[in-house]
Amino acid sequence: MSSILIRGGHLIDPAAGVDAPRDLLLADGRVGAIDAPGKIKQNGAEVVNAKGLVVAPGLVDIHVHLREPGQGYKETIASGTAAAAAGGFTAVCAMPNTVPVNDSPEATRWMQATERGAAIRVFPIAAATRGSMGEALTEYGSLKAAGAVAVTDDGKPILGDGIMRAALIAAARANLPVIQHAEDTRMTGGCSMNAGALAFRLGLRGMPTEAESGLVERDIRLLAEVKDSRAHLHVAHLSTKAALDAVRRARRNGLRVTCEVAPHHFVLNEDAVSNYNTHAKMNPPLRSEKDRAAMIEGIIDGSVDCIATDHAPHAAHEKEQEFERAPNGITGLESALGLSIAFLHVRHKLPLGRVIALLSSQPANVLSLKGRGTLLVGSFADVVIFDPNRQWTFKASDSRSKSKNTPFDGWNLQGQVEMTISQGRVVYRRS
Amino acid sequence: MSQKKQRRTSPSPEAPATAISPVVCSPIHPRSLLSTGDLSLEDVQSVLHLADLLEKEEPLHRDRRLLKRRVSLLFYESSTRTRTSFELAAKALGADTSLVSAQSSSIEKGESLKDTGITLKALGAECIILRSPYSGAPYLLAEATGLPILNAGDGMHEHPSQALLDLRTILGHTKVGTKVTDATLKDVTITICGDIFHSRVARSNALLLPRLGARVLLCGPAPLLPDVAAQIAPNLVIERDFDRALDQSQIVMMLRIQAERLAGLSLDLDEYKARYQASADRIAEHAPKALIMHPGPMIRGLEITSEVADGPQSAIAEQVRNGVAIRMALMMRALSDETGPRTQAGKRAAR
Repeated sequence: MSSILIRGGHLIDPAAGVDAPRDLLLADGRVGAIDAPGKIKQNGAEVVNAKGLVVAPGLVDIHVHLREPGQGYKETIASGTAAAAAGGFTAVCAMPNTVPVNDSPEATRWMQATERGAAIRVFPIAAATRGSMGEALTEYGSLKAAGAVAVTDDGKPILGDGIMRAALIAAARANLPVIQHAEDTRMTGGCSMNAGALAFRLGLRGMPTEAESGLVERDIRLLAEVKDSRAHLHVAHLSTKAALDAVRRARRNGLRVTCEVAPHHFVLNEDAVSNYNTHAKMNPPLRSEKDRAAMIEGIIDGSVDCIATDHAPHAAHEKEQEFERAPNGITGLESALGLSIAFLHVRHKLPLGRVIALLSSQPANVLSLKGRGTLLVGSFADVVIFDPNRQWTFKASDSRSKSKNTPFDGWNLQGQVEMTISQGRVVYRRS
Repeated sequence: MSQKKQRRTSPSPEAPATAISPVVCSPIHPRSLLSTGDLSLEDVQSVLHLADLLEKEEPLHRDRRLLKRRVSLLFYESSTRTRTSFELAAKALGADTSLVSAQSSSIEKGESLKDTGITLKALGAECIILRSPYSGAPYLLAEATGLPILNAGDGMHEHPSQALLDLRTILGHTKVGTKVTDATLKDVTITICGDIFHSRVARSNALLLPRLGARVLLCGPAPLLPDVAAQIAPNLVIERDFDRALDQSQIVMMLRIQAERLAGLSLDLDEYKARYQASADRIAEHAPKALIMHPGPMIRGLEITSEVADGPQSAIAEQVRNGVAIRMALMMRALSDETGPRTQAGKRAAR
């Protein structure tokens, strides 16, 4: 495999504590060397000029829906990973709510097969229960052996105490986290947005914040009961202050709880649905301004472990329906970095290194993705090169995803990806 | 042809940030009526004025006003009053109407609202009257067709033509001949009682009447009237004691319990009647002079007794009559060219 020498860039690798001008040599799909500018010899390597640009570990998204198998009209592994590469991602974790549900080692391997045409590394997350029906556990050991990095029934919460407790214990034995979509669906039947005055005015049934925080609290109680197992609970797309506070308390009590927040939950509040914009409909829903502000606060104070997009593509005809009938979810892979830099770094003055950590080393740590999210010598040659100062307009029509369901069409973002390299291969170059 | 100026809706995904500006625009026809909030008080005044004029107009002259214009009535839910009065209003103006209802159309075969709208437009519809069980459906139809859309009730959201005919009824009894301003109903207290949570009529009235200065009391049990209801407009107060609400009110609007939307909620109907029924004794004791209104359909013996519904204080039949006049005015507005009453949105677009 050919080697690449990235010269003249400003390297930020939070895991290694590097934030300085450095040249970077990638060889044989791995990070070969890092040194002061001009110190690394070219030796036949392709040279990439990164002057004025940031060179960082390829971004890691631990929550995406690639829709394969079964719903290739929304997205395929090939199209979803092409969108990921364009967004600066080099590893994504694919949720199991496919058709059929990924609850077997066979499906887990199928998703990783070269025939899928993935542009970047795909790590499957397998179903926690058979068919995600919440009744019988899947085989965590063999799922892990097949490449699964976590288990979840995402889209559907695991409601029963008994089955959730069993999942936590079994997953701990297999050394896998259990990811919970925290929604007490007994409180959210027929609901399509956040509960409150706006939902009342729009005549839409609202999901109370307690439906999220109540289930997070229940899960934490179960986790405490099985504390000796060292079980790891990861809360997906956390959206409420109450749930975040529950996570903080649990951590103070020594429990292994991590959480992720999606860009839309720290950028938008429920006002975005006020003209029944189905591109602002997702689950969990956009919340109140108070909850949005709490997500920013949690990111800044370190309570939030990582940013994850919950990239959820849907075909145009599915979103062009009455609000209550339209499916939940928005795409997110190509807008995540630009939104994170514009909101967290520019607006809230979070150091760029921390923004990168939230999008690379920290998500890689949450799911123990070895050799990802860092540029330490010997790590995978997963790199994103971006211009942190460049403002650009995100256009849904330019998206590489098969679906264009984003509320951020036409937004001015900051931080544009120039190149993405996955395991030493250039998988995206801005044209 | 009708004017096709397009307007931006309120910039919707309004990020709580300044660095990033959303660019979402929706081609909603400026003389659509999707929510009472689409109308400025001047617009309300001109609709009421036009209703007066059209109601009094010589029928043979009136039916030339929208001669052979094509109006589609697209009804996904059953309706007696609203559908019939829109139809009579269109016909009184000379327009051709076609009715499409969920049963007996391709909607049954799974055709989407968007495609149904595009089909009606291709068939020559110039204005669509929509009733839908889904809140917000008229926005989708307006964006899909670019035609003026009149919302004839969408889910639990709004029923703006009902609020306007209710306003006409109220003004006819309290303020004959006064202009619509933010103080027109300054000394008037109006109680809306019953299943407010599921009621689009309640929302449209609760959004419109306070803008004219009215004090609006919302009354009902918590499952049908959450506390957040009072936050949707100024001058809204929750008063759960019906008798106390009646004591203060010159106008009383009763609402039906919408069994079809209760979604598993169970109510003790005997207790409900004891606390919230507009009965003859209660009205005689607490609101002997108030005007009693009901948008219909009524469930006699539940939220209202026959003595009250048919009694001298009842304005229920008058509300229905006002429906035709208001809906004539709304259709004239929707289908008028430059010379028609201008809307706030139209003015904005013209600027």
